[in-house]
Amino acid sequence: MTHVSLKVNGREVSRDVEPRTLLVELLRRDLNLTGTHVGCDTSQCGCCVVHVDGVGTKSCTMLAVQADGKAITTIEGLAAVAEADGRAEDGLHPVQAAFRQHHGLQCGFCTPGMIMSAADLLSRNADPTEHEVREWLEGNLCRCTGYHNIVKAIMAAGATMRGAATPRAAE
Amino acid sequence: MTDKGIGARTLRKEDRRFITGKGRYVDDIRMQGQAYAVFVRSPHAHARIGAIGKDAVLGMPGVLGVFTGADVQADGLGSNVCGWNVVSKDGSGMNMAPYPLLCTDKARYVGDRVAMVVAETLDQARDAADALEVDYEPLPAVVDVAKAQDGPVIHDGIAGNLIYDWELGDKAATEAAFQKAAHVTRIELVNNRLAPNALEPRAALGHFDPGTEQHTLYVTSQNPHVHRLVMSAFIGIAPEHKLRVVAPDVGGGFGSKIFIYGEECLVLWASRKLDGVPVKWTADRTEAFLSDAHGRDHVSKAELAIDADGDFLALRVNTKANLGAYMSTFSSCVPTYLYATLLAGQYKTPAIYADVQAYYTNTSPVDAYRGAGRPEASFLIETIVGQAARELGRDPAELRRQNFIPKDAFPYQTPVALTYDTGDYAATLDRALDLSDYKGFEARKRESASRGKLRGIGLSCYIEACGIAPSAVVGSLGAGVGLWESGKVRFSHTGKVQVLTGTHSHGQGHETSFSQLIASKLGVPFEDVEVIHGDTEKTPVGMGTYGSRSLAVGGEAIARSCDKIVAKGRKIAAHLLEAAEADIEFKDGQFTVKGTDRAKSIGEVAFAAYVPHNYPEGVEPGLEEGAFFDPPNFTYPAGTYVCELEVDPDTGTTEILRFVAVDDFGNVVNPMIVEGQVHGGLMQGIGQALLEGAVYDQSGQLVSATYMDYAMPRAWDVPFFEVETGQGTPAQANSLGVKGCGEAGAIGAPAAVINALTDAIGVRVEMPATPEKVWHAIQATRHAQAAE
Repeated sequence: MTHVSLKVNGREVSRDVEPRTLLVELLRRDLNLTGTHVGCDTSQCGCCVVHVDGVGTKSCTMLAVQADGKAITTIEGLAAVAEADGRAEDGLHPVQAAFRQHHGLQCGFCTPGMIMSAADLLSRNADPTEHEVREWLEGNLCRCTGYHNIVKAIMAAGATMRGAATPRAAE
Repeated sequence: MTDKGIGARTLRKEDRRFITGKGRYVDDIRMQGQAYAVFVRSPHAHARIGAIGKDAVLGMPGVLGVFTGADVQADGLGSNVCGWNVVSKDGSGMNMAPYPLLCTDKARYVGDRVAMVVAETLDQARDAADALEVDYEPLPAVVDVAKAQDGPVIHDGIAGNLIYDWELGDKAATEAAFQKAAHVTRIELVNNRLAPNALEPRAALGHFDPGTEQHTLYVTSQNPHVHRLVMSAFIGIAPEHKLRVVAPDVGGGFGSKIFIYGEECLVLWASRKLDGVPVKWTADRTEAFLSDAHGRDHVSKAELAIDADGDFLALRVNTKANLGAYMSTFSSCVPTYLYATLLAGQYKTPAIYADVQAYYTNTSPVDAYRGAGRPEASFLIETIVGQAARELGRDPAELRRQNFIPKDAFPYQTPVALTYDTGDYAATLDRALDLSDYKGFEARKRESASRGKLRGIGLSCYIEACGIAPSAVVGSLGAGVGLWESGKVRFSHTGKVQVLTGTHSHGQGHETSFSQLIASKLGVPFEDVEVIHGDTEKTPVGMGTYGSRSLAVGGEAIARSCDKIVAKGRKIAAHLLEAAEADIEFKDGQFTVKGTDRAKSIGEVAFAAYVPHNYPEGVEPGLEEGAFFDPPNFTYPAGTYVCELEVDPDTGTTEILRFVAVDDFGNVVNPMIVEGQVHGGLMQGIGQALLEGAVYDQSGQLVSATYMDYAMPRAWDVPFFEVETGQGTPAQANSLGVKGCGEAGAIGAPAAVINALTDAIGVRVEMPATPEKVWHAIQATRHAQAAE
């Protein structure tokens, strides 16, 4: 067993874990943060994306011990980040709100990873083109939506976050 | 309140839990002291199983049990079953071989379940499963359906691996029509095998309570009551009244979670064997690829007889269908009653004959996957019609229009058993041609050519059948179950409403659509409605969600429950208002005495029903009504899809530039949700056409068993879709006039893409039309032209 200490959604957490424990296992099994999902075993689907020190990361591809000392934000903690920034609406991060507003989810399984990945994109590029959004989503699979409303939601969230009246038109 | 009712783009009430990470999927459920199951799967496509080294593993840390087929047999558990008996041409029933929960004598595909290991932790279970030694004697295998007949016998006593040899239609009339043909278009095609790939892998958590002898199974199911029925009546896990099946939030299904699989039966059985320790299993993605039922996998030959004017005279089809190593729950009806019955398409072709041979192979079982039979039919028809247009030098839109069933011909009896209720095929074609600027295509093609690109446009005028019914008819065709649906509407003292449905939502948004139904039918605020589904202990017995049936069948059961609520409420209101029942009108949630402003709200009526102090004589207290609805017919969504794409001849890469979809779904409850269903269906159809293939090598290894190997469609593979619905012809089989929208996209899209690709490069490429295949096809064409 190895001891890890990290900050998860603003709270200090310490656990003893087997060295082979993945970050996603620590989150889901030990911390009961089941919003982070596992949809594959080859780091392709992106259902498990969280933010590690603010950067989008596939939590199935990082050992829990590698997260020692880091600050993790999961889907459960995303709205609080927006609250702290004064950007939350109706208790939601703008990306969460946009996914609901634009029907960017159906079964909801890929959704937490999609939202976390999109929030990461918009923190780097507040005004992405449709092409940039589609390229960014290389690492996130969705089987329900055909990505149509996900792309729309992300572009709309970008517009909200930068205070634009209307999202960028489709190319 | 009606601004959120029928027809409104109401935002989904289920979304908040999903976008905040509060969904509750099977793997999220954790019971006190739960153990973990891991399955040991055959690495061989076909092998005799010898000794299994259980004893060495039983002593490993944390291991609670190791179970094999012999243990299952010793406990008297039955075989899994296929619930639809398809009868062959010669009158014999289908050859259904035993489908054991765990292998006994042989393993019959890579991934077949050989043993189950249960341990205290998942890591311990994995370690023990890895350590389990199994002696295999590998046997020759067959994976291609075209070779199945001459392959090794997979099930003892089933010669040629033939499951059935079935036919539909008038063979003599079809032969006679071919004699009169001025032109015959012939085609041979493959409908590629697909892996369903719901993003949530299958999972199950079984718990036996030794005190009450109650069995509870949390499972990724589209139809928890069907799970309960099969597990009780055929497999014998527990008597039906002692078995509770819960399907909580389920992360997509697309058909793959209809079926009853061994794993979910076994975890519940193991919990009983282990005296009540809850046992959980969650598939990893490779297990999902290996063991989820796949879709499609047909090889077909078809001929279309056409007269000198371009009228279709007859269609003749032979299809060989691969059903895999065992017959999954509804596998037999997919390449028969859900396929050949749709071969008329949108056309008035007077004579059609189809025969279908289904075979066992050493591959994962094949069953319904989004569309289930209808995509295969639609692809075949729309591909052969496209080829006919090219051979005849006809505009493909006009050849289709000439042969459409005219809109004044409904109800229309096809030569392949179905009666289409309504439709207006020219309307959806015209709208799609308009939206896609079909007339302007030649100019765009020239522009592409100026950049060295090959541009193509393709049409697909699909039809499908949803809400399979009525029960008596499907029963006469071999179905082992009824295909009705249940609904119940329950008011509380305070006027809030619970809707109970036998359908199940795994992405379709039933909590929203069914609440909209209640808002419109009963005038109750959308927010005051709770939709309950997915638990056999809460909802009335229901048949579940598949075949785009939930609204057309389940929604109608709810609508009829609402009618009963209003009928009873009228009696109560009449008493409260001291008026005659005949004088009470109900509208927007108010019972009003005709011609007056004297009224009682439905909330007041509900309160009176539960506190019946001033109450009509002879009326029961309470306000809760249910209905079972068995539709008189299918519904028939139809539409036209137009795909425009560009091929880079140097790389064989295909880029979809535009995709226009015009669908007739009859009346639409929530356009936002319906469009979303179409988007997802289109993506799966485009995926089938260009990207996806579940590929076995000749030894029976699945070589596309991870997301590194199986080309799942990604966001960059498509542009924004242009989708239009809502101009429809209302369905006749239900009072709502709704048809079903869940599968249309996947049914109609493949032919549109392949016709467009054929238009671009001049030859048809089998699906998936990967860049490599397209490049080779272009090269072959160029060589042929150079040689001329």
